[in-house]
Amino acid sequence: MNRSFVARNPSVLIFLALLALFTLGVTVLSEGFGVGMISTSFVKTLGKTLCLCLVAVAMDLIWGFAGILSLGHFAFFGLGGYMIGMWLMYERTRLIVVDALAQGSMPPTPQEVVDGIGNQIFGVVGSSEFPLVWAFADSLVLQLALVVAVPGLLALVFGWLAFRSRVTGVYLSILTQAMTLALALYLFQNDSGLRGNNGLSGLQNLPNVTASQDVVSMWFFWGSALALGSGYLLAAWVVSGKFGSVIRGIRDNEARVRFLGYSVEAYKLALFTLTACIAGIAGALYYPQAGIINPAEIAPIASIYLAVWVAIGGRGRLYGAVIGAAVVSLLSTWFTGGQAPDIPLGFYTVKWVDWWLVLLGLSFVGVTLFAPQGIGGLVDLISDRLRPDRHGADLGPDQGSLREKEAHK
Amino acid sequence: MTFLKSTLTGTLAGTLVAASLGTAAMADEHTIKVGVLHSLSGTMAISETTLKDTMLMLVEQQNAKGGLLGKQLEAVVVDPASDWPLFAEKARELLTVHEVDVMFGNWTSVSRKSVLPVIEELNGLLFYPVQYEGEESSKNVFYTGAAPNQQAIPATDYFLEELGVEKFALLGTDYVYPRTTNNILESYLEGKGIASEDIFVNYTPFGHSDWSKIVADVVALGADGKKVGVISTINGDANIGFYKELAAAGISADDIPVVAFSVGEEELSGLDTSNLVGHLAAWNYFMSADSPENAEFIETWHAFIGDEARVTNDPMEAHYIGFNMWVAAVEAAGTTDVDAVRSAMYGLEYPNLTGGTAVMGVNHHLSKPVLIGEIQADGQFDIISETDPVPGDAWTDFLPESAVLESDWKDLGCGMYNTETKTCVQILSNY
Amino acid sequence: MIRVIAATLALLLTSFSVSAQDTTGAIQQVLQEHSAAILKSSRMTIGPAIDAVADSGLEQAQAVLQAWSDKNMWVREADGLFFRATEAEGGYSLTDFDTGEVVGVFDKDALDQIKPNSGIRALIGTALVQFQLKDPDPLRRQEALTSISRAPDPALLKPLRNSIEMETDPTLRAQKLRQERLLTIGYDADSDARVQAMADMSGDLSVDVRAALNPLVATRRAVVQGDVPEGTNVARILTPGSDALPRVEAYDMLVAADLAQPRVTNAAMRAALEANIADGRVGGVSVQQLGSDAVRRAAYIALADAGTVPPFISEETVQETLDGFTFYDAYADPSRQITDAANDALNAIKLKVGLNQAADLTLDALSLASIYFLAAIGLAITFGVMGVINMAHGEFIMMGAYTGYVVQQIVPNHTLSIIVAIPLAFAVTFAAGVAMERLVIRWLYNRPLETLLATFGISIALQQLAKNIFGTQARPLTAPAWLDGALTLNDVVSISYIRIAIFFLALFFLAVFLFIMKRTRLGLETRAVTQNPRMAASMGINPGRVNMLTFGLGSGIAGVAGVAIGLFAKVTSEMGSDYIVQSFMTVVVGGVGNIWGTLAGATMIGFLQKGIEWGNPSNTLAAQTYMIIFIIIFIQFRPRGIIALKGRAAGD
Repeated sequence: MNRSFVARNPSVLIFLALLALFTLGVTVLSEGFGVGMISTSFVKTLGKTLCLCLVAVAMDLIWGFAGILSLGHFAFFGLGGYMIGMWLMYERTRLIVVDALAQGSMPPTPQEVVDGIGNQIFGVVGSSEFPLVWAFADSLVLQLALVVAVPGLLALVFGWLAFRSRVTGVYLSILTQAMTLALALYLFQNDSGLRGNNGLSGLQNLPNVTASQDVVSMWFFWGSALALGSGYLLAAWVVSGKFGSVIRGIRDNEARVRFLGYSVEAYKLALFTLTACIAGIAGALYYPQAGIINPAEIAPIASIYLAVWVAIGGRGRLYGAVIGAAVVSLLSTWFTGGQAPDIPLGFYTVKWVDWWLVLLGLSFVGVTLFAPQGIGGLVDLISDRLRPDRHGADLGPDQGSLREKEAHK
Repeated sequence: MTFLKSTLTGTLAGTLVAASLGTAAMADEHTIKVGVLHSLSGTMAISETTLKDTMLMLVEQQNAKGGLLGKQLEAVVVDPASDWPLFAEKARELLTVHEVDVMFGNWTSVSRKSVLPVIEELNGLLFYPVQYEGEESSKNVFYTGAAPNQQAIPATDYFLEELGVEKFALLGTDYVYPRTTNNILESYLEGKGIASEDIFVNYTPFGHSDWSKIVADVVALGADGKKVGVISTINGDANIGFYKELAAAGISADDIPVVAFSVGEEELSGLDTSNLVGHLAAWNYFMSADSPENAEFIETWHAFIGDEARVTNDPMEAHYIGFNMWVAAVEAAGTTDVDAVRSAMYGLEYPNLTGGTAVMGVNHHLSKPVLIGEIQADGQFDIISETDPVPGDAWTDFLPESAVLESDWKDLGCGMYNTETKTCVQILSNY
Repeated sequence: MIRVIAATLALLLTSFSVSAQDTTGAIQQVLQEHSAAILKSSRMTIGPAIDAVADSGLEQAQAVLQAWSDKNMWVREADGLFFRATEAEGGYSLTDFDTGEVVGVFDKDALDQIKPNSGIRALIGTALVQFQLKDPDPLRRQEALTSISRAPDPALLKPLRNSIEMETDPTLRAQKLRQERLLTIGYDADSDARVQAMADMSGDLSVDVRAALNPLVATRRAVVQGDVPEGTNVARILTPGSDALPRVEAYDMLVAADLAQPRVTNAAMRAALEANIADGRVGGVSVQQLGSDAVRRAAYIALADAGTVPPFISEETVQETLDGFTFYDAYADPSRQITDAANDALNAIKLKVGLNQAADLTLDALSLASIYFLAAIGLAITFGVMGVINMAHGEFIMMGAYTGYVVQQIVPNHTLSIIVAIPLAFAVTFAAGVAMERLVIRWLYNRPLETLLATFGISIALQQLAKNIFGTQARPLTAPAWLDGALTLNDVVSISYIRIAIFFLALFFLAVFLFIMKRTRLGLETRAVTQNPRMAASMGINPGRVNMLTFGLGSGIAGVAGVAIGLFAKVTSEMGSDYIVQSFMTVVVGGVGNIWGTLAGATMIGFLQKGIEWGNPSNTLAAQTYMIIFIIIFIQFRPRGIIALKGRAAGD
């Protein structure tokens, strides 16, 4: 038991090495810093994919390790994006307004500057007043803190309410889905003060930065890779110690863990909040690369896709989540981007733009029925690990517990 | 994972290499590329696919006429899949990977806002064909759809003057276009002496279907003896439930007229219109317009799409005008260089499909006539009013903050010029 | 086309206005005199033309107005003469208004239709009233009454009174009497008669009665120096600073009436300072220091003291100014007797209207609840009874609706097509449900989270398939004509027949559900299998078969719900996803495993949503948001729903 963390988790080292190699490769091939074989738009796609991988790791922590199928983690992801977006919009607009006012005959009063910014940001939704939620938008440090604090706080309050009253299993899934739906509907309203359906846009243009998008996109790519690496390390550390054993116990048999004297609710709440914070950070890195955030991003469907990525990648193993998120989202981009060749069947031509979703939907069914370990299961074939023989029984009686054929240790 | 990523990277890198060297480069010299940025999947697909087909038809027509500047036109179609961030990504791809000379695209305002920073950064050129809320004028966008003063304001005037409406219900879907339009209208109506108590505003979600209470509220507005009219900015599917409830409540157009800004020939095809005869819509184009240009356009469209039942609509006309104006500007400038074409666009004229000519203004908006049509039982509109051409106004005159703003890219070189302080607020848009 | 008309018009005015007169009939002459206004067809300018025809005293006047209003009046482009046109072989057959003779058949290109808009049609309608009131055709008399109710006009009171005597039709007579009372309220010269009419109509909550009364008590806000002038019918005196009249508003009124100096706004102050900058200084302050409001104000006051700019208005000045004035609301009608009577009548109506509005809201809420219940009842079986999470439930609703659409394409008769569509939708979704249970769900019992994912996969595949087959455009599903319209108790309370039908359909399925579960062998077996599959199997029940049939039943009901929902809303590929979250909430809030719970859940959600909408009428989206938040909180306190199962049946 005294072996080092890395020795107990060799996959972490392999993962980090591959990630570093990949980052280096993209850098060398990029337009901003290398030979220019990868276009900037593709660098952005890759950077965004890394952020999705990070939120998938968070999802795997809460679902694969604690057995809580949250269908609301994109709400936290989106909130992270909104928090950083507010500062980006405010600061960029402030620079424009200050420049414009500087041309006037007298120096502007602070109120004139604020009014000018409000007018520019909210003019499009027919208002000019700053809502209360923008109180800290002028401070990068505070907004960065909010990137973690707001999703964390929401998760804490929601989780406390839900776990306290012992809402579990499917009920909890539907409740989390309701939460993200309520948040999306709330943000859709203009009265929410975050520009309603239009959301926050132009986020790719960093204030005070004159570098071209070729360079900026690489900064974000590095940032995303760093965040994914650290997030992965953190997640691996969390699940490797005693804490990890307890949450796996909760997944497989919650009642038994409770009888052993552990405060099940506290463990669940801590993990739920932690994953929400990770999702918030991933979102804060994702949306400046996407350029725009609006409430449609946190509609319930997004969170369901997140669960699907983890399921396809293989839940209960962190690299599985990363593989799932990367493969499915990149394949989606490829198929819907019109690059996939059509398949002529003679009587009918299969256009992937139309049929990709059908294929994706059926592949969920296929994976759940035939390959519950997901793509990550392939690793077991290579490493040739033997499963313990449990004669077909599940690891635990709870709804989130792993089945024998899913378990890999 | 790394394997898969590198394969993908490899594929893409391969295409890029191919694009920058060899045959693709040769092809570049012989064709002028026209980017088409319309969603072909997702919720907006139904509206936007039609516009993609319109563009393909226009490009084909132009090529049949011998192309442009002695070169053939080539349409590059991408699918942003009704996903707003993807619009920005695809626009970047069109401009940097495919190196298109011009783009025609977008439908929703939010997708346009998503694309703006990219085209301004890379100095692209976009033609935007849909009626919108105004309050924008980008150096790199030509707005060929209606600004509020080309649709909402004339329709409101029609309500005030022709129908004698004294009390207004502004019903809209909760997003930017209805919000901004209703704000402008509220301010306009108050300027016309309508008290704010006589303006009822309601917003509903996308796809709303439970309209009974809202329709009852509208009927109840008539209790103080004033004539009630409904101005609807309800979008898409939600209209079906709304009009069904309206018909069920037995509200005739003579009692409470409804004028809609987002209901055209396409939308009515999902409805039985026999109970809606007489309700109104305001557009710059109706398929029923009686002109030789329109007859020819409809005939070409039917031949191209291979279906006699397909309707034409206002954004299609906007693309028709926008494309032909761009062709004329390129011919006048002798190059497809964005800045040269932009300068050549100002003051260009092209015949509307409804008769008369559209003129491109220095604020990148068209001058077009406003038509008001009554819904008929066959799902078409009977044009009952047509104004003289109205120049599109980027910054509305009816909101205090934007009344002082002006856009003039030709002489002032500024899209947001404050006429009070005589300063240019910004050159790049603030999205 | 307008241009063509304008061109024709210009031609006409020069060439025909003189020559046409002697060759044409009397009514044609009247029309020609006003041909410019008629061709322009604008409500603002058409008045004289309509009056001229109506007052011409010619017997054809009514026919002309009638044809004009019905859009049957056309102008011949060649000579600008007006005719009544009817569609005929090879174009339009024109009839002369004066002689009633058919002039001939003309091609459409040689003619232009006069299209009066609805505003003009209303004016024509009013002009027609005097002719129509005594028309032998009851339909025409009805039209006259409709015109009066749409545009009450003092001039109509006399002809209306005259026509009551000879009215034979009892319904029309009642309507005429009613309209007479309403016109009397508004326009009779005799105050006592008006008060009497108000008394007659008090307690009637119809919109038209309120529409007659409300204008009488409409007030106008005014301000005077000193006391209110004699003879003003004052509604109330206002104090500036009260809720009814904030001080800012009061002062703005004074400014608007030129009774006070306008306040110096920040923008005005800035402009004034800018205009007075000299040598980089203004008001004794250097321009660089003007970056704060306090400094600017000081500079401005310095300028004002020097007399260069208007004085600065301080809060004290505002208060002093306001003290010298009286603000009041005044009635437009000078007679206290009338306004008091109208207020009394309105107050009497008000309570009644309030009660009826509550009743209407209740009906709306019941209707919404029945829609939610109908959408959720299938789920109450698959999720509530069997514990299977079926995310594709919404897509079964969609499948049912599309089945209805396809049937309507084949069977054009709307009544028959609905009769065919309902069982067919049940059959189609029953089959789909059975297939899904056999192929997918069977392997995932006791793995609800995986079921959720797998069925979600099916859901997006089905949605996309529907898009590929039917396109993304909404498809029409039209209710039969006997379901058109609404059941109207009075002007406040009404509900559309289609909603009533959905309400009864929901009740019907509640009965079916109860019957199957409590009275049939399948129900018994289902309950047995749900409680303990192994035990049930030992008793000779085939759990596989029972599960399959139960799942099929739940899916089939979803399909029928789809037809009903499609009839009142829309048929799109995404309609299912609109209902899925709501349906799950309905079941969860109500309490899983109990149909009465689902009913209670649907009722609660329906009433709650309408209640929030009532409280915040301008934002329906907020109602949905707050409702979901309420449900989230509700579940914290009753995690097992409103009606929680107890004992063994509760499972776990």
